[in-house]
Amino acid sequence: MSTSLLTFAKGGVHPPESKEITERLAIEKMPLPEEFEIPLLQHFGAPCQPLVKKKDRVEEGDLIGQVTGGLGANVHASVTGTITDIGTSIGPVSLNVPSVTISRDLEAPDKTYTPSDWKSLSPQELLSKIKDAGIVGIGGAGFPAHVKLAPPPGTKVDKLILNGAECEPYLTTDHRVMLEKPEEVIVGAQILLRVLGISEGHIGVEANKSDAIDVLRKAAEAQKLDGAKISIDALQVKYPQGSEKQLIESVTGRKVPGGGLPFDVGVIVQNIGTTKAVYDAVVLNKPLYEKVITISGRGISRPANLQVRVGTRIRDIVQYLGGTKPDLAKIVMGGPMMGFAVSTLDIPVTKTVSGVLFLTKEEIDDQPHGPCIRCGWCVEACPMGLSPNEIGLYVEAGRAADTAPFGVFDCFECGSCAFVCPAKRPLVQFIRLAKQKAKR
Amino acid sequence: MEQVKDTQISEHPLPACTVSISPHVKSRESTAKIMWTVNACLLPPLLLSVFIFGFQTLIITLVSVFSCVIAEAVSQKLLHRSITIKDGSAVLTGLLLAYIIPPGVPYWMPILGAVFTIYITKHLFGGLGFNIFNPALIGRAFLVATFPVAMTSAWIMPMNDFSIFKYMQPGVDAVSTATPLYVLKHYGLAALIEKYGAVSTMYKDFFLGVRPGCIGEVSNLLLLLGGLVLIFKKYISWHIPVSVIATIGVLTWIFGGEGYFNGDPILAVLTGGVFLGAIFMATDYVTSPTQKYAQLAFGFGVGAITVLIRLKGGYPEGVCYAILLMNTLTPALDSWFQPKRFAPAKGATK
Repeated sequence: MSTSLLTFAKGGVHPPESKEITERLAIEKMPLPEEFEIPLLQHFGAPCQPLVKKKDRVEEGDLIGQVTGGLGANVHASVTGTITDIGTSIGPVSLNVPSVTISRDLEAPDKTYTPSDWKSLSPQELLSKIKDAGIVGIGGAGFPAHVKLAPPPGTKVDKLILNGAECEPYLTTDHRVMLEKPEEVIVGAQILLRVLGISEGHIGVEANKSDAIDVLRKAAEAQKLDGAKISIDALQVKYPQGSEKQLIESVTGRKVPGGGLPFDVGVIVQNIGTTKAVYDAVVLNKPLYEKVITISGRGISRPANLQVRVGTRIRDIVQYLGGTKPDLAKIVMGGPMMGFAVSTLDIPVTKTVSGVLFLTKEEIDDQPHGPCIRCGWCVEACPMGLSPNEIGLYVEAGRAADTAPFGVFDCFECGSCAFVCPAKRPLVQFIRLAKQKAKR
Repeated sequence: MEQVKDTQISEHPLPACTVSISPHVKSRESTAKIMWTVNACLLPPLLLSVFIFGFQTLIITLVSVFSCVIAEAVSQKLLHRSITIKDGSAVLTGLLLAYIIPPGVPYWMPILGAVFTIYITKHLFGGLGFNIFNPALIGRAFLVATFPVAMTSAWIMPMNDFSIFKYMQPGVDAVSTATPLYVLKHYGLAALIEKYGAVSTMYKDFFLGVRPGCIGEVSNLLLLLGGLVLIFKKYISWHIPVSVIATIGVLTWIFGGEGYFNGDPILAVLTGGVFLGAIFMATDYVTSPTQKYAQLAFGFGVGAITVLIRLKGGYPEGVCYAILLMNTLTPALDSWFQPKRFAPAKGATK
């Protein structure tokens, strides 16, 4: 069995999956709260300029923020209503993200979208629809999709990989989307292949989601693929299987070199949620302002896979789900391995939030850290072949600036090293510091 | 319905939440768990030694363990560090030290060894994780250098009648006897075989533990079982133990007899604390390399130096000094055998 599953060669860990909390819960549409805080920076790049001003009325799906220059993605109104503020919001990593607050028109009906024919559109037209819809990599990185889908001239791309690994514990949003909307994922994949002008697509799914693998295979068979080939590849359950470089290695055997990008080895990777958003943008002409997120952990009264609109505050979600439990000890936006701990519920959901976890004391580990005992487990766990133990010692000794030769810039902070460390050393923190002080 | 939810929220106002850097979940392993597991794996040989040599071995072990724990606490207090005696590492040093000194030595000797090694070898070098040498082995080396007679003669004969209270008084009443390797070195293989009757009886006694020697070298079987538990729990890997034992066996077979390829590899690995050293001491995280290939090289070095000392040097055993010498090479081995990087950028490798 395990021999037929694809995976990467070096490192990796097996954190408790904790997906049983939400994996069987169908996607549930959350009732709309009264107010939305929509950040103007939900992507990798520069913040958008607001196109609206206070007291303006906006319709659901209206463009409200646009990037004037450089990398970025459009931002749309999540609901119909009135702009009540143009100020700042708290984000998981920044305390003042420019944002637009909309007070919802309680009478306005939900906007409806009807499918249109996309097969007559040219790759250029498809790409501009994706750009207009403000689609970014919603798995977490937030890289604008229209930029990723237009590799520089001269690069030869031959494979598209959709990332359905969802290797972060607790998170089940990609799982539920694949399970409940397999046709939309497959059509989204076809659109992406058309944009790239290639025919080979892969969907990499960890083997713990065998039900999703089955329905995707059925959906791929049922769809008329017009010469395109979309294979559903079962991946070994191993963290960080969904990391871009590790996923590409697992599926194609190719290794993206340090400092390089996937198109350097002829591959473009998109997340499952992003693919679904591409379907919405192209087939339904619906911009990206709604997504499925997992609310999980043993510190929330009712865990769920929620379909929410961008700009929904975590406080409203907590209220809808019946509050938190008294033994709540940590709130994390994203997965437990790479997500960000937050100190307030007044944070709006953005395009890149894949889940919010409410973790109890038993689920987190807050033991104080001790000295490195040189067990070497972090070296074994590191998927990039680095020595986190040595980097940590350098940083502790005040020599963070000398750590470039250890490959700190290859580190994508998956946290495998800190997960296995028996001395509970904050290795990711050490490496982040090293990255700041070391010279590239 | 909506109001019920509201009350639930206000009933439990948001508790003070921790904010820290990812990852937010950690494995259940800890330094203390590893140390206490190794300690547990070392207990069966101690129990057997009580049956073979009497309660004397238990008393010596308790003295050594308590001395190490107290020395650790006092050292940390003196050096203004937090006291970490609960992590089991001082207990481990105490156990190992007791296992590698003759069971017939006076009680003050393990106390002295413990104080010396915990304070100087461990804490003056920076404490857990920073010591260059294996503390227990330095304790033994210090005692051998300071009290050579007691440390090489206070052996106890195994009892056949299991009268375990026989040697309760240490030192004076201990029946001095010679260890197998001492007999081998000074009287030859024939004399040793004569002592045990037949070759097969000798192998069996050595493997099961009925022989004069340190606590920790008596039962190779129980040490092996302990090692298998540690390998199964992934606390140690097979690389160092296998390479140490294989090197000693092969090199003794080649060079250890009359002419070449005539030595006795089985006798070589069953005696002189090879199993204890290979499984429990050469694998010490702090003083051995982290890389698998470096570990193989380290194990080969330990084995080769052991055989060199046994065949050409003045001591019959050799494992202790072989490990200590290879400890000095650990940083070099770790830098020679780097992990294979995932497609590093050109010119970015160290």
